[in-house]
Amino acid sequence: MAEFLMQPWPWYIAGPLIGLTVPALLILGNKHFGISANLRHACATCFPANIPFFKYDYKKEIWNLFFVAGIFLGGILTFWLFNHPGPVVVNPNLVKELEGYGINDYSNMVPVQLYSWENLLTGKGLAMMVGGGFLVGFGSRYAGGCTSGHAIMGLSTLQWPSLVATICFMAGGFIMANLILPVILQ
Amino acid sequence: MVRENNTRKLKAQDTDFEVRAQDTVCVNESGLEHKWYHNIKYLIVGILFGIVFVKAEVISWFRIQEMFRLQSFHMYGIIGSAMAVGILSVWLIKKLNIKTMYGEPIAFTSKKFNKGQIYGGLIFGLGWGLTGACPGPLFAQIGMGATVVIAVLLSAVAGTWVYGKLREKLPH
Repeated sequence: MAEFLMQPWPWYIAGPLIGLTVPALLILGNKHFGISANLRHACATCFPANIPFFKYDYKKEIWNLFFVAGIFLGGILTFWLFNHPGPVVVNPNLVKELEGYGINDYSNMVPVQLYSWENLLTGKGLAMMVGGGFLVGFGSRYAGGCTSGHAIMGLSTLQWPSLVATICFMAGGFIMANLILPVILQ
Repeated sequence: MVRENNTRKLKAQDTDFEVRAQDTVCVNESGLEHKWYHNIKYLIVGILFGIVFVKAEVISWFRIQEMFRLQSFHMYGIIGSAMAVGILSVWLIKKLNIKTMYGEPIAFTSKKFNKGQIYGGLIFGLGWGLTGACPGPLFAQIGMGATVVIAVLLSAVAGTWVYGKLREKLPH
């Protein structure tokens, strides 16, 4: 068991467990799974600036802040208790491609050669971390949800607008990873 | 007078619901009010969810790059099986009329289509391909010790704020 916990988990274990979040939140208190809404709650709590979009009763959504605090703690716990010591194993074609950009450190979940405080204010760092984060925040709210709200929760309840959103998420990702990212990394 | 106040109150709530239902997927459907510690159960679900995220390498930048290059089935398997379990559970909840643990009926709201799902979806996808993380994994990455991801998260909050600011001017 301990042996299994240490290894990276296969998709057929992880996927169903992630899917079970949907009924768990519904049964625990009629809550709809969706993570990006927390970014909005953060705005509503800290700097609403009289913008109508941030004027709502965010106290009703505090449960969701507890949920993401849990995700953060889950990250800490995994790191201390059963972190897989080896590098992330990926497709050799990706390894070859990234090698060309000088990325060959697979020891962390993020590419540490790009993602570091020293790199934050370089061109690549700004584009990937600040620019990328901005697009994620802006886009998820514009779309009315992110991967959890649309791809998991929305599709679980068979909502076709969520299917549209999910297809666009994937399309954007394909364009970035295959066409734009190679230019940024060069 | 009292009734008038009540009606007004109800109206205020309804608008609030409208605003939330239209713009955010997270709609808190429960009419019950609880003490804060009732939220601890969501913290626990979050912890379990976070552990799965990390152990399945969903929060790995490399795994996301692999997915967008069609080089691995891993992420597709995760999203697909999560969806399948979600669809099955929602179907069972409806079919068996399952209630929440407090006995409330479980409510579902339908989402309305607007062009934001296309434009916003594409913008989000571009960001996802760059950061290799959607909002959930950001929190787990910080927990794993990648503190620089705090900058990504703050930038995402800024993006959300700018959307809120420009909202009336954007096509929906």
